[in-house]
Amino acid sequence: MIRRILAIARIEAIITRRNRWLLMATVIMVLFAVALTLAGSAPTGTLGVNMLTVSVASMTTLSVYLAPLLALMMAFDSIAGEAERGGLGLLLSYPVSRAEILLGKFLAHIAALAFAMVIGFGTAGALAALSGGADAASLAALLRLILTSILLGAAFLSLGYMLSALAGSATGAAGLSAGLWLVFVVLYDLGLLGAVVFDAGGWFTQKVFPWMMAANPADAFRLWNIAASDGVAMATGLAGAASALPIWVAPVSLLLWPVLGLLLARRFFGRLEP
Amino acid sequence: MADSILHIKNAGKSRGAMRVLEGVSLNAEPGQRIALLGHNGAGKSTLMKAVLGLTTLDDGRITVDGARPGSAHARTVTAYLPEAVAFHKSLTGREQLTLFARLAGSDMAQVAGYLDRVGIADAADRRIGTYSKGMRQRLGLAQVLLGRPKLALLDEPTSGLDPISRHELYAIIDEMAAHGTAVVIASHTLTEVEARTDRIAILRDGRLVADDTLDNLTLRAGLPTRLRVRAHGDAAARIADETGGTRVNGVSVDLLCTPDRKMAELRRLSAMGEAVADIEMHPPRLEDLYRHYSKGDSQ
Ligand SMILES: Nc1ncnc2c1ncn2[C@@H]1O[C@H](COP(=O)(O)OP(=O)(O)O)[C@@H](O)[C@H]1O
Ligand SMILES: [Mg+2]
Repeated sequence: MIRRILAIARIEAIITRRNRWLLMATVIMVLFAVALTLAGSAPTGTLGVNMLTVSVASMTTLSVYLAPLLALMMAFDSIAGEAERGGLGLLLSYPVSRAEILLGKFLAHIAALAFAMVIGFGTAGALAALSGGADAASLAALLRLILTSILLGAAFLSLGYMLSALAGSATGAAGLSAGLWLVFVVLYDLGLLGAVVFDAGGWFTQKVFPWMMAANPADAFRLWNIAASDGVAMATGLAGAASALPIWVAPVSLLLWPVLGLLLARRFFGRLEP
Repeated sequence: MADSILHIKNAGKSRGAMRVLEGVSLNAEPGQRIALLGHNGAGKSTLMKAVLGLTTLDDGRITVDGARPGSAHARTVTAYLPEAVAFHKSLTGREQLTLFARLAGSDMAQVAGYLDRVGIADAADRRIGTYSKGMRQRLGLAQVLLGRPKLALLDEPTSGLDPISRHELYAIIDEMAAHGTAVVIASHTLTEVEARTDRIAILRDGRLVADDTLDNLTLRAGLPTRLRVRAHGDAAARIADETGGTRVNGVSVDLLCTPDRKMAELRRLSAMGEAVADIEMHPPRLEDLYRHYSKGDSQ
């Protein structure tokens, strides 16, 4: 089983490298992370925190948008595209299970994402630390940002596979992925915000809103980073929601999503007739 | 049929309201080459996918070397060449074949040998995106050879191949059969080469309308032999008149006769003396047989 998963992962890794996906994702991460860090260097003095802390805070916001986007772009074609090209039927004529195919692709894609995250956030973090100072807490925050970004990417990779298996065509999967990104990353928060404003600090805002935030992987990512770091919380001003929840909620949510996504992906993949 | 590698019994499948397979029974023994003929949409690919476990049947039963289609054992002993092979463009032929070898659990050292056997050793380290259709088809064939399968299912393997490549393809098929592989070749076009199969099965609208050797099918169809008689001078009209044949291009007459009437007709023609310049004989060809069985003349 491991042998076959690795065989698939190896091929996917080659493809990711050859079609310049790895390069593109890494360049995007570095560019955005560095640009945000440089742009965020101004208010350092007024907040009284070191520059790496501020940099991590702005990169957290960046990652909420970018990690899901990159993951979905990598994942959407992987099943539907292969089915369209006719390669899936051939692959499945070999003694390899759908779960093994899925895990092999996941392994290669998450490795590529991790590479891009480490290089991107690492470069920007190093830049911030060198020019504006860092301490143990901000270094830990940077490390946490990288790890949680990889987890967030994993969640959306698995959801991307699910849509890819569901859509039946690569074009359809691309459309669904764009929709999913919009819902999870933008509309969900807008909806919650609207509800909070309407509720005006009542029962919903106190009891339900934090849990609903934690249920969305993108928000769970935000909460985890905020809850764990006072500096980041201060910089993003989301401390309220974070403090209303037990400390374990956001991490559990972010860890469960990739598993749930992969299970759903396997389920829909099973229904796909190549 | 205990020694059948492939055993299909009463296979039936619907897609929506349409019956794409109905009561199909077919066996393949080791070393047999079976041509599965039928027009587009007859159900050839569907039958192959059912044997591979890629699609499920509504009725009937299939076993591959005693195992359920799609089971680990069935997949291990089966090789497949899909109708439209499209490998990943950015991989090289060697990388693609190496993946298949790893999945099949076969010896990595054989990969180079198989690439050589199908004649793409020189292009092995080039990206598949640069391959011609024929080269991709050869790569597809190389993965069929991997691991010495007991059953090989080739879906339209000759499409897109030039005559020489087609010849090489049949040589490879013969070689596989000689090693004991049962080979099923689906096709909707006929060439004389396809007569180099041990059995011919014909699908029409999801039903198997023929499954026999070429000789037996010919016998059973009772198709007429065509005699083309070329007349001397202006004798064509007289010959057509006396024999009841039809005139073609002014100087010739076509006669159709059943196998048992053939000699009598020839004697009658030679009795006409000088009027007859030449006689060509056209026994029924595979193409006529195919038309006979697949168009429903047999009913
Ligand atoms: N995935 C599918 N969905 C719906 N109908 C299909 C599908 N695949 C094949 N068919 C239909 O099933 C019939 C048999 O198709 P197929 O097995 O591909 O024929 P052949 O390979 O002999 O040309 C055709 O009428 C075709 O339209
Ligand atoms: Mg077909």
